[in-house]
Amino acid sequence: MAERTVVVASAQGLHARPAKLFTQAAAGKGATIAVDGGNPVDAGSILRVMALGVKSGATVTIAAEDEAVLDELQTLLETDLDAQ
Amino acid sequence: MLTGSGVGRGAVVGPVARAHPAPPTPTEAAGPDSEAGRAEAVERVAQAYRDVADALTARAEQAAGTTMGEVLEATAAMASDPELVGEAKTRVMQGQEPTFAVDHATKEYIDLFTAAGGYLAERVTDLRSVRDRVISRLAGLPEPGVPALAEPSVVVAQDLAPADTAALDLDKVLAIIIEQGGPTGHTAIIAGQLGIPCIVRVGGAADLADGQVVAVDAAAGTVTIDPDDDVRARAQARGDALQRLADDTSDGATADGHPVQLLANIGTAEDAERLTDAAVEGVGLFRTEVLFLGRTTAPTREEQADTYERALRALGGRKVVVRTLDAGADKPLAFVTRSDEENPALGVRGYRLVRTAPELMADQLHALAEASRRTGVEPWVMAPMIADVDEATEFARLAREAGLAKVGVMIEVPAAALRARDVFSAVDFVSLGTNDLAQYTMAADRLLGGLVDLLDPWQPAVLELVAAVSWAGGEAEKPAGVCGESASDPLMALVLTGLGITSLSMSPAAVPGVRFALSKHTREQCEAIAGAARGGRTAAASRAAALELCDPEVREVLALG
Repeated sequence: MAERTVVVASAQGLHARPAKLFTQAAAGKGATIAVDGGNPVDAGSILRVMALGVKSGATVTIAAEDEAVLDELQTLLETDLDAQ
Repeated sequence: MLTGSGVGRGAVVGPVARAHPAPPTPTEAAGPDSEAGRAEAVERVAQAYRDVADALTARAEQAAGTTMGEVLEATAAMASDPELVGEAKTRVMQGQEPTFAVDHATKEYIDLFTAAGGYLAERVTDLRSVRDRVISRLAGLPEPGVPALAEPSVVVAQDLAPADTAALDLDKVLAIIIEQGGPTGHTAIIAGQLGIPCIVRVGGAADLADGQVVAVDAAAGTVTIDPDDDVRARAQARGDALQRLADDTSDGATADGHPVQLLANIGTAEDAERLTDAAVEGVGLFRTEVLFLGRTTAPTREEQADTYERALRALGGRKVVVRTLDAGADKPLAFVTRSDEENPALGVRGYRLVRTAPELMADQLHALAEASRRTGVEPWVMAPMIADVDEATEFARLAREAGLAKVGVMIEVPAAALRARDVFSAVDFVSLGTNDLAQYTMAADRLLGGLVDLLDPWQPAVLELVAAVSWAGGEAEKPAGVCGESASDPLMALVLTGLGITSLSMSPAAVPGVRFALSKHTREQCEAIAGAARGGRTAAASRAAALELCDPEVREVLALG
């Protein structure tokens, strides 16, 4: 599994809309997301991702087998999805 | 009478329509005992989740582009969440009855979200909505939620999920009463956006029966059961007036036709684009620092010009007042803010940045001039935190050299207010920022919640400075506007008009209330109200004196107290 550490840009953190866009992109790709050394959760589960309570500016670790999947997820996390 | 927390200012009278209850909580734990039966049940559960997700997605598409659409999309995403659906299927596989399995699988997340509190706790409504829909499908029950309304009604529910709210026939919804929920919940937010009076956390709402007539007053947060004629008449009057208010898009003016420009405060080009249909005469404050905050280097001239161009185009030739970078103190910028200042609010901030980083100002003024050339629209430009006539003169020179014709400054420093006459001699207009003006007049940091009484724009000393600036503007025959928080207070708007302020800039949502208040008072009445406010010895006394002279209908409709 390849890993990346990313700072979340969305002004409201990973709440409803940003969480939905992120989990949609991650669904079915075996990717995980974790905060501050916590347990990784399925990055395709909106409930698990929302429950992490990720705030704007927080650092998260994403992991996946496929670098292209990581690229896509990293781009989403580094975009202010609330501003779009 | 029942009480709760009101959203909006509306008031209505009408019959209660109760929402369909959620399906009963499953108590039968044991499911099919054959492997084939369990496999079939697993498939039914998966199908029920898919059906619910599809139905929610279809509703989301109908509401695409709105807040409601986004909420529905997120709820649909919950209904197709792999972990939630997987957990329910696993439970059935292990021998649980399907509706019981769905209930318990959801319960894990409800507990998790409830324990987290805040925003997540409010999403529990969405989770319950998904659970209830899936269970209803599995049990062959009608979908829970609001029934089709035969006549205009007051919808009463224990709680409404966004999906329920989306299904409402809005033309027939007079008001929404919910027993649970919170003012930041989706129902409250959406009702607020739609202008539907809404009261949340109404204890005893469960006892309201279908068809029972109630009077709902969102401003007071009250529900009156079987209201008498007086209560009905007042609700009717308020409802009619608010409707007229929302429909009115005329230019701001007093009852006798004295014009007062009503403008919007914005922070981004997107904000400007959203103003297309808003009844404002332009933008009175475009806070350009939003473009700079949270970046490690300043945006280029080109990038700034593109943003300013978008804003100018969006307003289609209406007035746009652009404020140059107001950073420092509570708005630090990585690339200019100094960390060695003991009193940042009194330090190198606002216009003063020109002392340490003159290229920022030059880039901004040239970018704005470029946007003006591209659009053929002449923006107004002003600098924040001007303290004396030398600064005003220097800024005017820089702006004019860059090719900008309409140059002004913000008056937020008492020194500039006291010598407003000198400042006006150097520029074409001024705009008062009452938050900072109060901060510096009262020597009270505006970020300290404990000093909020001192930061009150009704403080007589602050009013005196506003009056001084306004008077100097009248003498110079140049515009003096207000773009601080106080402009959005309808009562203060009367005082400011009475003092001679020529434009009021505020958040777009505040405009209808201010427009209405102005339209109900003559200029002479505004002057009397301003005089009464200036006569107060304390902030509270100044406000009370103004309120005393305010038109009773305005007090009632805007719930000014």
